[in-house]
Amino acid sequence: MNLAIIKYNAGNIGSVENAVRRLGIEPLVTDNVELIQKADRVIFPGQGEAHSTMAYLKAHGLDQVIVNLKQPVLGICIGMQLLCRHSEEQDTDCLGVFDVDVKRFIPQRHEDKVPQMGWNTIEDVKSPLFEGFSDKEFVYFIHSFYVPTCDWTNATTDYIQPYSAALHKDNFYATQFHPEKSGKVGERILTNFFKIK
Amino acid sequence: MLAKRIIPCLDIKDGQTVKGTNFVNLRHAGDPIELGKLYSEQGADELVYLDITASHEGRKTFTELVKRIAQEINIPFTVGGGINELSDVDRLLNAGADKVSINSAALRRPELIDEIAKNFGSQVCVVAIDAKCENDTIHENGDPMIDGDWVCYVNGGRVPTQYNLFDWAKEVNERGAGEILFTSMNHDGVKKGFADVALRRLADSLTIPVIASGGAGAKEHFRDTFINGHSDAALAASVFHFGEIPIPELKQYLASEGVSVRL
Repeated sequence: MNLAIIKYNAGNIGSVENAVRRLGIEPLVTDNVELIQKADRVIFPGQGEAHSTMAYLKAHGLDQVIVNLKQPVLGICIGMQLLCRHSEEQDTDCLGVFDVDVKRFIPQRHEDKVPQMGWNTIEDVKSPLFEGFSDKEFVYFIHSFYVPTCDWTNATTDYIQPYSAALHKDNFYATQFHPEKSGKVGERILTNFFKIK
Repeated sequence: MLAKRIIPCLDIKDGQTVKGTNFVNLRHAGDPIELGKLYSEQGADELVYLDITASHEGRKTFTELVKRIAQEINIPFTVGGGINELSDVDRLLNAGADKVSINSAALRRPELIDEIAKNFGSQVCVVAIDAKCENDTIHENGDPMIDGDWVCYVNGGRVPTQYNLFDWAKEVNERGAGEILFTSMNHDGVKKGFADVALRRLADSLTIPVIASGGAGAKEHFRDTFINGHSDAALAASVFHFGEIPIPELKQYLASEGVSVRL
């Protein structure tokens, strides 16, 4: 299988590269439009800040490329947030694949630390990504902004309030958590993504 | 519910783990990757690799090791030791570390925290604080009573500073660190429990997660630091390396005590 990982100015891209290699797939880490368009699968990964990453995507013409992809696409963390309509982080207009706005976590009690950092459970899972999952499996999160539950939510997590742990619309899949850092559970999610028809 | 994290810490010198282990099933007990994998399979939530080499050559060896850890370990890991400037952070994150832990460098030049947060994001910036309670009055639960006398130390706990623990922690939080790793020098190595009174004061006053370090000797100590100390995570070395507390057993115990853990 021909997998492209989109290269841009976000951190943590190497982690995704390492994770898919552990699963026996040699990915192409690239910002080349043609190579991304021709890939069988595309991962849009990263950790970072919405405004500067969005500016980079636009400057390199990747914004239009990403929204027009027809093969299965997996957005991870900031990749998922950038696929939404708008982010409260630096008041940034994003790609708009998912018509929902990204909000900042507002702590309600002293135990509500921001960023959410660590392992939390995903519930109400429904999408090919979570094939064979039991409810309440743990995955690794690290983020200060979240996507509220919406029509495209296909897994939820509770932190301060229930929110979208994963989204799905047509060929676009996205996870707020990091499957590449979520041990064996994460490996199953990536493997499921590669199996999607 | 967000789980409380259990974090084994591995000290690395010249590419090998320093403290011995009695894991008979490991072919190379000193191999940091094999040990890390074992901990990951046992249910460790994160790993910390601390470079205790002083030489330039040692730094290069450590960076190469970080690359291999990133290739082979499928849970998050933090690296620390000898990080003095932004270029060190850049080198280690590029090698594949998820977070970096800074200690003395931050006390010498606090702006380093702002720079890391701005360039790489708060989430990668762990600030480690070694502090000692200079007032020896010991509370019956083993905790020093007077919080005001907690003094921050640099250079591996050898040199005291002018900084008070709680003032410094607040500043670290405000400058944009993602997490605080607090080691009580009074409790470290004593195996009588974590500094839960001080930890609770930190955890309740800060907006970022606090990792407890120093003092783990029994499973109950982990329960106490999560329940009484309000710690978000607990770090330990020897109790894991010497198999005194197997991680699966620890997590089962914590779950039975009502602590949210990843099983």
